Amino acid sequence: MTTPVRVGPYSMRPAPRALVVSLALVAASVALALVAISTGEFTVPVADIVTALFGQGTPVAELIVSQLRAPRVVTGLAVGAAFGLSGAIFQSLTRNPLGSPDFIGFTAGAATGGVLAVVMGGTAVQIAAGSMFGCVISAVLVYALAFRRGVQGYRLVLVGIGVNAVLLAADNYLLTKANINDAANAGAWLNGSLSGRGWDHALPVAIALAVLVPVCCAVSRPLRMMEMGDDAARAVGIRVEPVRAAAIVAGVLLCGVATAAAGPVMFVAMAAPQLARRLTRSPGVTLIASALTGAVLLTAADLAAQRLLAPTQLPVGVLTAAIGGTYLALLLRKDRR
Amino acid sequence: MARLTGSDLTLAYEQRVVASSLNVEIPDESFTVIIGPNACGKSTLLRALARMLRPKTGAVHLDGSVITSLPSKEVARRLGLLPQTSIVPDGITVADLVARGRYPHQRLMRQWSKADEVAVASAMAATDVTSLSERIVDELSGGQRQRVWLAMALAQETPILLLDEPTTYLDISHQIEVLDLCADLHEQGRTMVAVLHDLNQACRYATHLIVMRDGVLVAEGEPAAVMTPDLVEQVFDLRCEIIADPQSGTPLIVPEARRRARTPVAH
Repeated sequence: MTTPVRVGPYSMRPAPRALVVSLALVAASVALALVAISTGEFTVPVADIVTALFGQGTPVAELIVSQLRAPRVVTGLAVGAAFGLSGAIFQSLTRNPLGSPDFIGFTAGAATGGVLAVVMGGTAVQIAAGSMFGCVISAVLVYALAFRRGVQGYRLVLVGIGVNAVLLAADNYLLTKANINDAANAGAWLNGSLSGRGWDHALPVAIALAVLVPVCCAVSRPLRMMEMGDDAARAVGIRVEPVRAAAIVAGVLLCGVATAAAGPVMFVAMAAPQLARRLTRSPGVTLIASALTGAVLLTAADLAAQRLLAPTQLPVGVLTAAIGGTYLALLLRKDRR
Repeated sequence: MARLTGSDLTLAYEQRVVASSLNVEIPDESFTVIIGPNACGKSTLLRALARMLRPKTGAVHLDGSVITSLPSKEVARRLGLLPQTSIVPDGITVADLVARGRYPHQRLMRQWSKADEVAVASAMAATDVTSLSERIVDELSGGQRQRVWLAMALAQETPILLLDEPTTYLDISHQIEVLDLCADLHEQGRTMVAVLHDLNQACRYATHLIVMRDGVLVAEGEPAAVMTPDLVEQVFDLRCEIIADPQSGTPLIVPEARRRARTPVAH
């Protein structure tokens, strides 16, 4: 029990640990962003970053900061936050860490839509539209297949894993049918990567976050109550169906827009909510901390992907999959005990 | 007119109709217990009364209004439910779980008022879980955990409280503990409605019995007036004798022995 804050008729009960962790995550993402923007083959002193962003720096610094590094970092932060939020929403709805969009076919659906656009020689906008569309279709498909007198989390996860496998097979089929250049592009995109991302990639994700984060805040408490079961949530006066519908729509859109910008980056959606829960020691899934953890995770992974084997640049998805896979194995090992 | 009534209810899951043309009235300030064999529709009726299940026809009325037409939070301030199964969130403490019962009294800008604090403290005191308040719910015994769920429902501070099989999965001493607690809550003026399996417990604790079979309300009234060997045979297909409970004087159902007492086997 924490000390409540009361002013007149208003009252709050802040969770100090969650607050401290969230602030630390914000600080970490700012620090990571500054490191990613200032270091590299050409060093831009931190002090020069702001001047460069406002067009007051040297032309070289301006090009590197405003056109190359900053948009990549912003895309990474936004995509990470979107995946983290989406993962937290679906893990909460399914009451299962494996119920993340990257496991139950939503990210894969977005990927297949994107690959289809790539092999058909689509433009960047068409690729983004393709992955958005693919994400929505796969989500509808998974929910429809899992529906039997309502949707139970466990069945949704199993059906989702099945759909995920079919979609991965479809990706591979599309790659075999594509010409060699398109196949190479599609293959790179399928790994999930932030390289070469510009403001036109960052903007849609940022807009989606601006619209959907308030929605997520509104459903956050009801969602936590629904983790106790639909009846328990209804008993305290939560209208379960509209909350669930809003959460699903927000989660699918976030997953789709994030995949459209960076490709199907694996494990961020899965790992971020689990890490956030353990960091904040909060019962149940925490949406905002998950978003912040996702942002830090993806930005850190991208920084490592650029620097670890420099000058060789790894796609960030390779790294998140390696880190995430290790983490998943540890998580399962811990749960078994 | 009672506060909580159901009129002409048709209750169904998808196409499977569990009960039809059901009329039921929960007497105010009663401890009503619904009994009946498995699959008779007793839990379904309770869920309909608690607006968990929307009737295909007919309506449940709370204080004269159709329950589904009232704002859900408004209903939750008058009527509470302890569902048959709820999932304990990972790593939640007793105090935090009980505090969740305050949800219908809270708003965005009023998340933890003095009234919330008082209600949670008295709910934990009533269910005797105050000493467990910082413990993780997952680590408690079944009986303790059920008391915590009850505390959450109590913290909701509703004049009407519905309980769906509150004693299932508990051993006999914990069953009695939970039922004694329910009796206390009833004596404090709450209307209690519970679905129970054990006929003798139902007779001992109920002030009003509702007996169901195959979705039909077969009998209702005071346990002493309702419980007869004929009724038990008609409803449960069980031949029995009914005697007075030596402790409470309420009806005690003694099932007929299948054969005479065993004679020792001669060697």
